Amino acid sequence: MIQAGVIGVGQTNYDSKRRDVSMAGLVREAIDKAMLAADIEWDAVDAVILGKAPDMFEGVVMPELYLADAIGAVGKPVLRVHTAGSVGGSTAVIAASHVCSGQFKTVLTVTFEKQSESNATWALSPRYPYSPHINAGAGGYFAPFIREYIRRHKPPEHIGWKVAAKDRQNALKNPLAHLQIPGIDEKMVSDTPMLWEPLRYLESCPSSDGACAMVITSKDTVGPRKVAWIKGMAVRSEGTLSAGRDEVNPQGGIDCAKDIYQQAGILNPREEIDCAEIYVPFSWYEPMWLENLGFCELGEGWKLTEQGATALNGDMPINMSGGVLSSNPIGASGMIRFGEAALQVMGLAEDHQIKDAKIAMGHAYGGAAQFFAMWIVSSSPD
Amino acid sequence: MSDDQIPKDYKESLIHLEYQYTAGSATTTFLNQVKEGRLVGQACPKCKAVYVPPRGSCPRDGIATSIEVPLTDKGCIESFTVVHIPIPGNPIVPPYVCAMIRLDQADISFLHLVQDIEIDQIRIGMRVQAVWKPKDEWTHSLENIKWFAPIDEPDVDVSTLRFKPS
Amino acid sequence: MKKVAVVGYAQHKILPNAGALNEVELIMPVVHKVFKDLGISQDDIGFTCSGSCDYLQGAAFAFVEGLSAIQTSPPIKESHVEMDAAWALYESMLKIKMGDADTALIYGFGKSSPGNLDSIISLQMDPYYISPLWPDRISLAALQAQILLQKKIITHDEMMATVIEARNNAANNPNALLTDDISEDLYRADSLISSPLRGFDCPPISDGASAMVIASEDKAFDFTDNPIWIEGIDHSIESSNLGSRDLATSPTIQTAIDNLKLENINFDVAELHTQFSHEVPFLRKLLNLSNIPTNLSGGPLVGNVMMCAGLDAIGKTFQSLANDQLDHGLAHASSGPCLQHNMVVHLERHK
Repeated sequence: MIQAGVIGVGQTNYDSKRRDVSMAGLVREAIDKAMLAADIEWDAVDAVILGKAPDMFEGVVMPELYLADAIGAVGKPVLRVHTAGSVGGSTAVIAASHVCSGQFKTVLTVTFEKQSESNATWALSPRYPYSPHINAGAGGYFAPFIREYIRRHKPPEHIGWKVAAKDRQNALKNPLAHLQIPGIDEKMVSDTPMLWEPLRYLESCPSSDGACAMVITSKDTVGPRKVAWIKGMAVRSEGTLSAGRDEVNPQGGIDCAKDIYQQAGILNPREEIDCAEIYVPFSWYEPMWLENLGFCELGEGWKLTEQGATALNGDMPINMSGGVLSSNPIGASGMIRFGEAALQVMGLAEDHQIKDAKIAMGHAYGGAAQFFAMWIVSSSPD
Repeated sequence: MSDDQIPKDYKESLIHLEYQYTAGSATTTFLNQVKEGRLVGQACPKCKAVYVPPRGSCPRDGIATSIEVPLTDKGCIESFTVVHIPIPGNPIVPPYVCAMIRLDQADISFLHLVQDIEIDQIRIGMRVQAVWKPKDEWTHSLENIKWFAPIDEPDVDVSTLRFKPS
Repeated sequence: MKKVAVVGYAQHKILPNAGALNEVELIMPVVHKVFKDLGISQDDIGFTCSGSCDYLQGAAFAFVEGLSAIQTSPPIKESHVEMDAAWALYESMLKIKMGDADTALIYGFGKSSPGNLDSIISLQMDPYYISPLWPDRISLAALQAQILLQKKIITHDEMMATVIEARNNAANNPNALLTDDISEDLYRADSLISSPLRGFDCPPISDGASAMVIASEDKAFDFTDNPIWIEGIDHSIESSNLGSRDLATSPTIQTAIDNLKLENINFDVAELHTQFSHEVPFLRKLLNLSNIPTNLSGGPLVGNVMMCAGLDAIGKTFQSLANDQLDHGLAHASSGPCLQHNMVVHLERHK
């Protein structure tokens, strides 16, 4: 397998409505930044890989067709990946696969969502005439699993508030983040209205417009650039209504993590990974994913959060950028995790940089906690 | 005004599409039974998991669920949440309880409402039974069941609900 | 870099309306058929990838339904493209070449009957300037047909001959949707939908699903004595702006010819993802296939499952080479208005 690395990451400002740009303008904003960071011109791009969540979020069918010009794909191969919420991550994996296959030297990959163009709540509530319509939004779907996690491990009530406050405090150091809430603390979170018990308003992700792009190249073409070397990457999927699924601790997530640890030669994730960007759209998913990803034993995830281990100054920082809780353009959120992990090991994360970060993890999930995409990046190729 | 001060205009361009949704054979069979007030799941011939509502396939094994399994309308709450925001287009008034109902002998749960109980009394593992609409209102829909209400039987340990192939 | 071969393919009978059959019920039989033909199960598959379109199905995240047709316990390496399954094949091929898998299952599915295909395809255009005008797929194709006729790159007679030949060929394809013969008189009597395209020049509304298995050179002979090698595969896209394209040419097809060195190959057979009759003589000229048996299955004119037809072209070419002991086959897949995005595949029987 050809070794590949990220040489540039570009992100737009995330906001509830990016009315200042068209879809083409939005993706181009991220692409231009990524290519500038990567120090390449268009003639270096061998293929373009686009990823996004359902087309209903914008009302454009198969947008790689309309966006071919904006993403610089004219005359080049283009692929469009769609794996629900994990798509940002799986797109990065497919893009890297282009390079690792030996078929392409350098690829540009971009993911986006411009949810303000359509109606995100409507798009997230598909209504089949033969199914009872009790759909209560994404939070309504996940809240029962959070409740089951709480039943199993009996954490204190404030853990969710703590995660929500921490991620938004981190966002204050990330000028691109959508939610900028100065002074946010646990009390502010716990004072917000309850949405789906136990999730309160500020424990839930926003709906954002935004795009994230990366340039990935092969070892031979990196040159003197800063690189985030891809040491391991994988995807896993489970059937939606498969009997025996544990949606609190999904097997797909366990298997996917084991796969990338094995690829990257990681035996003890908690010790060897310096920081991680994981897909936490609702606060309690931080402790749940810490356990699912093997950073700690089952039932101990909430303790890591409570101890402050996952804070910026903790020993296992999670979601330094503010995470999905601070910016959530659905199609891009996965790639933002992967891209932020890359920025960390390249030393380019600015005010939310973890000192001496050498190994970082990017994680994304989607659907009914059934689609997983993850990667490990390193500042060193070996 | 500079370029970034000029407000950009936008206009709503409505999209109207009509679709004829297909329930598929398994769901059709299921809904025909629901119209008669019966809940009938389908089992996978390989792992024997009982699915309700059946979708026609067992995602564990990737084969058709072919065995019909009549079920009662009693079960337990596998988990639940109390929803405080309204559902677009639905008259139900928040807060209301949306629960994952695990019917007896079924191996997956489905989402439905729980009522006839104080919200703070609801527990994971609680035994419940369907409360049906009047018979003359029955259609091809799980909405024939208004909600699930608690029954006086001991709670279930939900950790025993996890399916294991035989 | 490992070579990759097609080892199996199955196609559902193309239906004008699948009726009560939902997507899972269309996908399961074809996946089971290809597994049965090869004597394998999902446990033998290293990577799974599908192609479909949520808007075609009529709901966001609708593609997830298709996954219920597949064995996903234990969890599988799986992905999905919101494109014709030919591109799911492409992605799967990359995974094999990089060593992430030795085998892959590809499936595509689409039901055009439940919705309004014209409206859905109109939404592929620029959403700010073009889609609000609701240009339908037939009118868009007609623009290209008109240009090709005016420039005498193709003739009306060639379009008619294509339609008649497609029906003749369909007689040999048990899965084809349209098999009735068409006479010249019947063709000429058919009314225009969008000039110069008549009803017969356009593909039928179709429902169906297809599945394919590919394998690396290390594994291909475990599955079949007759693997058909993907000798070359190339795809690229043109601008979305129809006004800036020269619809009388196809730079993407030329790129494929150059990259795959197709001029040097003597093809025995070809299957083209040509939804409209004018596209056949156009592409045959570009690809130098005018004397080569083309669309022996009948092609999309006799059955056009959206999100599958490109994979079907590759599958039908595979079947021709494997069953008829032919050596070189050319398959083509396409996406977007007026052949905007094209893939060309060179399949070869001997390694």
